Amino acid sequence: MEPPAQLTQRNRVIGLLVAVALLALTCVASLAVGTENVSLPTVWHAVTDYHDVGDQWIVHDLRIPRTVLALLVGLALGLSGTLIQAVGRNPLADSEILGINSGAALFVVSAIAFLGMTGIWTYIWFAFAGALFAMLLVYLVGMTGRATVTPVRVLLAGVAIGAVMDGVGYAVRLRNPQAFNNMRFWDAGALDARPLEVAAAIAPFIAVGAVLCLVVGRSLNITALGDDLAKSMGGNVARTQILSLIAVTLLAGAATAGAGPIGFVGLMVPHAVRRFTGPDWRWILAYATAVAPALLLAADIVGRVIIRPAELPAGIVTAFLGAPVLIWLIRKRGADRS
Amino acid sequence: MTITQNDTAGVTFGRRQCVIRIGNVSARASWRAIIVVAALLVGAFVIAVIAVGLGKYTVAPADVLGVLTGSNTSFDRVVILEWRMPRMLMALLIGSALGISGAIFQALTRNALGSPDIIGVTSGAYTGALIVIAGIGGGYYAVAAGALIGGLVTAVLVYALSYRNGLAGFRLIVVGIAVSAVVNSVNQWIIIKIDLHTAVTASVWQQGTLSGQSWSQVLPMTVCLVVMAAILVAMGPQLPVLQMGDDAAGALGVQPDRARLAYLVVGVGLVALACAAAGPISFVALAAPQIARRLTASPGVGLVPSAVMGAVLLLVSDVIAQQVFSGSELPVGVVTVSLGGAYLIYLLISQARQR
Amino acid sequence: MTSAESGHPVTGQRDSRLSADHLSIGYEDTAVIADLSVEVLDGRITAIVGPNACGKSTLLRGFARLLKPSGGQVILDGHDIGSLHTKEVARRLGLLPQTSIAPEGITVADLVSRGRFPHQKVLRQWSGSDDEAVAEAMRCTGVTELSGRLVDELSGGQRQRVWVAMVLAQQTPLVLLDEPTTYLDIAHQVELLDLFAMLNREQDRTVVAVLHDLNHACRYADQIIAMKSGSIVAQGDPKSVITEELVEAVYGLKCQIIDDPQTGTPLVVPRASPHVRART
Repeated sequence: MEPPAQLTQRNRVIGLLVAVALLALTCVASLAVGTENVSLPTVWHAVTDYHDVGDQWIVHDLRIPRTVLALLVGLALGLSGTLIQAVGRNPLADSEILGINSGAALFVVSAIAFLGMTGIWTYIWFAFAGALFAMLLVYLVGMTGRATVTPVRVLLAGVAIGAVMDGVGYAVRLRNPQAFNNMRFWDAGALDARPLEVAAAIAPFIAVGAVLCLVVGRSLNITALGDDLAKSMGGNVARTQILSLIAVTLLAGAATAGAGPIGFVGLMVPHAVRRFTGPDWRWILAYATAVAPALLLAADIVGRVIIRPAELPAGIVTAFLGAPVLIWLIRKRGADRS
Repeated sequence: MTITQNDTAGVTFGRRQCVIRIGNVSARASWRAIIVVAALLVGAFVIAVIAVGLGKYTVAPADVLGVLTGSNTSFDRVVILEWRMPRMLMALLIGSALGISGAIFQALTRNALGSPDIIGVTSGAYTGALIVIAGIGGGYYAVAAGALIGGLVTAVLVYALSYRNGLAGFRLIVVGIAVSAVVNSVNQWIIIKIDLHTAVTASVWQQGTLSGQSWSQVLPMTVCLVVMAAILVAMGPQLPVLQMGDDAAGALGVQPDRARLAYLVVGVGLVALACAAAGPISFVALAAPQIARRLTASPGVGLVPSAVMGAVLLLVSDVIAQQVFSGSELPVGVVTVSLGGAYLIYLLISQARQR
Repeated sequence: MTSAESGHPVTGQRDSRLSADHLSIGYEDTAVIADLSVEVLDGRITAIVGPNACGKSTLLRGFARLLKPSGGQVILDGHDIGSLHTKEVARRLGLLPQTSIAPEGITVADLVSRGRFPHQKVLRQWSGSDDEAVAEAMRCTGVTELSGRLVDELSGGQRQRVWVAMVLAQQTPLVLLDEPTTYLDIAHQVELLDLFAMLNREQDRTVVAVLHDLNHACRYADQIIAMKSGSIVAQGDPKSVITEELVEAVYGLKCQIIDDPQTGTPLVVPRASPHVRART
C-alpha cells in the first residue's frame, strides 16, 4: 500500500517540525495565558532569570509546574492511546475508554483512603497496579472466549469494567468525606495546584514508557496485520504485546496518578495525525509525541479562559472536544459492521 | 440425503416444551423456563416474607403471613404494611424494570455486556437530578422528575446522533460512550462547584437507594410498568427474530429499524423510570438477563425470566444493604456494584473455560 | 405496466407474480442497479448470474423488500411490494440471506420454528399448523434427526440445511436464495440445489437464486438473468443466454461451451492458458 504521493519522507519530516513548533507555541501560550494574562517579556524573565517581581511569580509558581505536568501527562496519554490502538487493532480505544484509567484511579483512591498514602511517590505504584489490573480484566473479558473479537466487544468490556472500577471507587470515597472532597477535583482531570514534585515523580516512568514505544515501534506495523500474518513475516507478536502492555501500564498509570483520569487525548491524537503520517505507526508515534502534549495544553488553556475567572478542569474540556470527534469517527465508518 | 419418516406431526425441541391450546389461542414455552420463573417468584416471596420481618422491630415470618392474610392486627401491621412493604414492592418493581431493560439492550446490541448505562441514560438522569438537588432544590418528586427528563433527553440525543440511514447497534454503543463521557464531565463539574455536603448527598443518590420509598410511589411505578409490559406483549416475539440479523428478520416480516426503535424506546423508558424512582442502580440490568439465560438454558435473553431475575436480584441486594451493617444502611447501589464485580469475574471464568 | 395507480392486479401477467419495473437501487449517491425491468416466471427456477459487484445480490434483496428503491418499484401479486404489510410479504416470499446469525445455544428445532413468525399472532403462538410446517420442513431438508441438537455444533453443510428448513417452514410460494451454496463443498452444493429442484417440481414453488457457479445455473434454472454493472445483459433459458460471446462479454472469460453430458444444458469450459496446457 503506497501512501499518497504527498506523504514523502521529506513532507513527513517537515510536518513533524511544524508539530514541534506548534507545541512550543502552546507552551508559551500556557505560560502567558490564564485567568490573568502575563505579558511575554515577563514570561521570558520568569523563565530565564527569575526574580520575585511583578507577575513573575504566577509563571514561576503556578504556570511552569502546570505546563510541565501537562506536557508529561499529554505525552503519556498520547503514546499509550497510540499503542492501544496499534496493538489492539482497535481504532476506537484509549486508556480511558477501556477502563484502564478507572482502574488506576480506583487503586489510588483506595491507597489514599485505606492506607493513608498521600504522597505521589507512594500511590503511583498503586496506579500502575490498578492500570495493569484493569487491562488484564478487559483483555480476558473482551478478547478471549469463543465469541469473535471485535472493537465494539472490547469497548463494551472496557466500559463494563470501567463502570465497576468507578462504582467501587465512588463507594470508597463516600466512606471518607474528606478524601471525597480532595478527590473531586482530581476526578475531573486537573492539572492545576499540583506541585512540580508531582511532575518529577511521574517523569521517570513516562520516560521508560516512551523508550519502550521506541523499541516496539517498528514491529507495530507488522503486528497490525494480524497475528498469523505477522508471525509469518517474522514478527514476534508476543514480545510486542508484552512490551506494549508494560508501556501502557507505565504511561496510563503515571498520567492518571499525576492528573487524574483524562480521556480522549489518547483516542483523538492517532486519528488526527494519520492524515499527515499515513498508516505507519512509527510516524504516528513520533507525531503523537508532539501533538498530544500540545492538545492537552490547548485544552488546559481553554479551560482557564472560557469561564474566566473560574477554571474548567482539563479533563472536562477534553471530553467536550473528544466526544464530537468520536461521534464523527463512528458516523464516518458507514456500513462497517463490527 | 436421508429422508426420515416422521409419523407424528409433533417436533422434538431438545427440551421439553409446554404447549397450551385453547380454541384458537395457543402458546408454547420450555418447561425449564416455566419452572425457573416459578421458582424465582416463590423465592422472591419467601425472601420478602423473611426480610420484611428484619430490623430494629423484628416480626417472625409466621406473623408476617398473618399480617398479609389479615389475621394479625397488632402493631406488626403498621410496621409491615406501612413502613417496610412499600420498599420491598419497589425493589421488586424496579428490579423487574431493570431486568427487562437489560434484556432489551443485550438483545439489541447482540452482546452480553450491552446495558442501558452505555446509552447514557443513567448519566443524564444524574445530571437532571443534580440540577434539581443543587440548583432548584426540591424533594423526592422534583428529583425524580429531573432524573426522568435528564435521562430521556440524553437517550434521544444519543439516538439522534447515531441514526444514519437506520440504527446500528455498534454505532449506538460508541455514540453512547461518547455522549456519556460528556455528560459525566458535566456532572463532575457540578460536583466540584457545589458545597461538600450537597455533593455527598448527590453522590449517595447517584449510587441508587431505596430508602424512603412509600406507597405513594408504588402505584405510579406499577402503572408505568404494566403499560410498558403491555406494549412489549403487543409487539409480539420480534426480539428473537431480530437476533438473527437484519436480513433474516426482514425476510420474516419484521421491519428491523422500526422494531429496534420501538424496543429501544421501551428499554430507555424502563431504565429512566427506575432512575427516577431510586437513582441509577448499576449492574442489575447487566447481570439479570445473563443469569436468567443460564438458568433457563434458552438461546438469547428472555424478557420474562430477566424481569423476575432482576426483581430477585434487587430485592436481595436491598436486604443486604439494609442488614449487613447493623445500625447504618448502605445505598443499594453499593451492593449491586459489588454484585457487578462478582458477576464480571464469573464471566471471566466461564469465558476462560470456553477456550 | 405498473399497477400502483389503478390498484387492480395487472392483467396479462398471470405467469409472473414477482417483477421489477424500472427499478433503481443505490446506496448514498451511487446507483447499484439502474432502471431495471424483469419478470420472474411463476413456478420456475430463475438464476441470477454475473461477476462480482454486478448488482445481483442487490436485485435479489430489492425483490425481498430488504432495500428501498430509489426509483421504480418491485411488484408482487400486482401491488407495489412497498405498500404491502411486511408480514403479508413474508407469507408470500421467503428469503435465505447470505449471512444470518444463529443465536448462541439455539437448537435446530427452535431455529426452524422461527420461520413460523409471519403466521403467528399475539394469541396464536403455536398452533397445530406450526407444528406440521416445522416437521415437514425438517423432513424435506433431512434434518429431523438433528432436531434437538445445538446449531453451533453442526457442520457447515448441516447448518445451511437448517437455515433452508427455516425458510421452508415459512411456507411461502416464492423462495429467494442469496448465494446458497457458498461455504458448502461440492457434494452439499449439489444436494442443496437438488432439494430446490424437488421443491420446485413437487410443490410448484417459484425459486429465484443468485448463483456464482454458471454451470449450476445452467443445470438447474429454467430462466437465467445475466447481469453486469447494474443492468441486465441477457435473460431467457440457459441454452439461448449462455453463449461463448456472452460469457466473454459479462465475465471477461474466454470459454468453450459444450453440452452437459448428463442433462444436455450448456456447460462452460474455460479456455486453458499455455501454462496449463504445458502441464498435460
